Amino acid sequence: MGAWRIQGESGEWEAVIGLEVHAQVISASKLFSGASAVFGAEPNTQVSLVDAGFPGMLPVLNEYCVEQAVRTGLGLKAKINLTSVFERKNYFYADLPAGYQISQYKYPLVGEGTVILDMPDGSTRPIGIERLHVEQDAGKSLHDQDPKRTFIDLNRSGVALMEIVSRPDLRTPEEAGIYLRKLRSILRYLGTCDGNMEEGSMRCDVNVSVRKPGEPLRTRAEIKNVNSVRFVMQAIEHEARRQVRAYEEGGKVVQETRLYDSHKGETRPMRAKEFAHDYRYFPDPDLLPLRLSPEYVDVIAATLPELPDEKKDRFMRDYGLSPYDAGVLVVERETADYFERAARGGEGVGRGGRDAKQVANWVISTLFGLLNAKGLPVTRSPVSADHLGKLVDLIADGTISGRIAKDVFEIMGETGRDPADIVAAKGLQQITDTGAIEAAVNQVIAANPDKAAEVRAGKVALLGWFTGQVMKATGGKANPAAVNAILKKKLSG
Amino acid sequence: MALTRDQVRAIALLARVRVPDEGLEPMAKEISGILHWIEQLNEVDTEGVEPMTSVVAMTLPMRPDAVDDGGDPAAVLKGAPEPVDGFYAVPKVVE
Repeated sequence: MGAWRIQGESGEWEAVIGLEVHAQVISASKLFSGASAVFGAEPNTQVSLVDAGFPGMLPVLNEYCVEQAVRTGLGLKAKINLTSVFERKNYFYADLPAGYQISQYKYPLVGEGTVILDMPDGSTRPIGIERLHVEQDAGKSLHDQDPKRTFIDLNRSGVALMEIVSRPDLRTPEEAGIYLRKLRSILRYLGTCDGNMEEGSMRCDVNVSVRKPGEPLRTRAEIKNVNSVRFVMQAIEHEARRQVRAYEEGGKVVQETRLYDSHKGETRPMRAKEFAHDYRYFPDPDLLPLRLSPEYVDVIAATLPELPDEKKDRFMRDYGLSPYDAGVLVVERETADYFERAARGGEGVGRGGRDAKQVANWVISTLFGLLNAKGLPVTRSPVSADHLGKLVDLIADGTISGRIAKDVFEIMGETGRDPADIVAAKGLQQITDTGAIEAAVNQVIAANPDKAAEVRAGKVALLGWFTGQVMKATGGKANPAAVNAILKKKLSG
Repeated sequence: MALTRDQVRAIALLARVRVPDEGLEPMAKEISGILHWIEQLNEVDTEGVEPMTSVVAMTLPMRPDAVDDGGDPAAVLKGAPEPVDGFYAVPKVVE
């Protein structure tokens, strides 16, 4: 991907982008209370008096949330800080009953790490992670239920979040999108966040500034709470262009918090003055510093699953896949597992040693299409991995042609049947018998004497047309190589 | 360190404490006095001394990840002036 340049009147500009992702930790209960952290319950039914900010209630840290955050840090190849400190971030808002959010500030749990972007051209690009810290979520405000009042649901209040802050290493909307998808993929592999942006379990704040290439950083604006990958990309595009216009019209960019309006396709400043950045952080006197031992971290490190980057490298190494194909297959662990089962022949199925590149092609170009059309996840694919593997075998050993295989696959998608059964039942075996093919060739030539004469006169391009006719006449079952050979023989000279 | 009237006004706003204009000056003086008194601590050499976070020698207690609380919206909303359909209801907050 080339650098993204915004063409202004004064020349070219580039954008500098950093993302702050709030990822909801997968846990049964909240960060500092025993209320359930599950999404979607009736209002205020999953609230302890701690979450509601009642006087005198004391927070007690959920050890599993700490483990999840450490696991995430390790997955981001980041430094785990053995001592970290919870602080109070003070601000006044109706869905924050205590008047402060327990967060981490000066001493976060996780330090610097890296996320590797897999670019569309197959290259990779590392993006720095500055930190990851653990904090509580706020409650939910509903502004549109009543003309005069705002309704508050505290079910989300106190749910554990990981705030993952990138370095300002991103330069284009596309890179920001790739970064978000990659981060989501890593979190899902780790099982620490489900990455569901629609339900709000992954939310994103976007920091954007622009500059002339080579310049130091200019003032940035922060776009709060963008809730889909697509909107993040759009918001960056609009905000970067707005800033370029501002500079070129002789104005300036002020450091402020903005909102993205996806209907109008613009960002605009948030009005609420309460959000003036004066959070008066200080260590929470209710909580001692969090101290972990190196052994504790080692135990978690030993249980990490194979992550997308390692899996991608292995797929390229062991199966000879291209970086692009490998990258696509590892985005979701379930897809990667499906591919591997199909490529290897599964346990006790098939002969193994299949052409893994063929299998990858079938998964990426055909299976994905089927799943998209049916709106199914790969785990509920009507075509099982074993059956797809068998289909590839049927092509490899010459039983069916690649063209017929597409038809067989379609039937598999509808019926879930074994490809060998379908081929046998429908008589789709490839015709390799030269006599039968020769008869079909003779028929086609006899039916089209003019065209045959043209080929003999040197119009070789017409040969392809004859091949097509013969294939049609045999219901696609003839071996195309054999057809070509016989045609050439009959029509030459 | 001495506080100005404007700083006191800003702090009062953040703390949601109403201070009338004529009260700003006296309060600035009062808080400045307190700050000044506390500044004596700066005379102590604390080079290389870890900040004290607790008076008791203990580590941060933690709990297992189990759901053992919540499920009682009536208790949570008991003190709320006008709850609606299980929600707290507050004067409209814009944005």
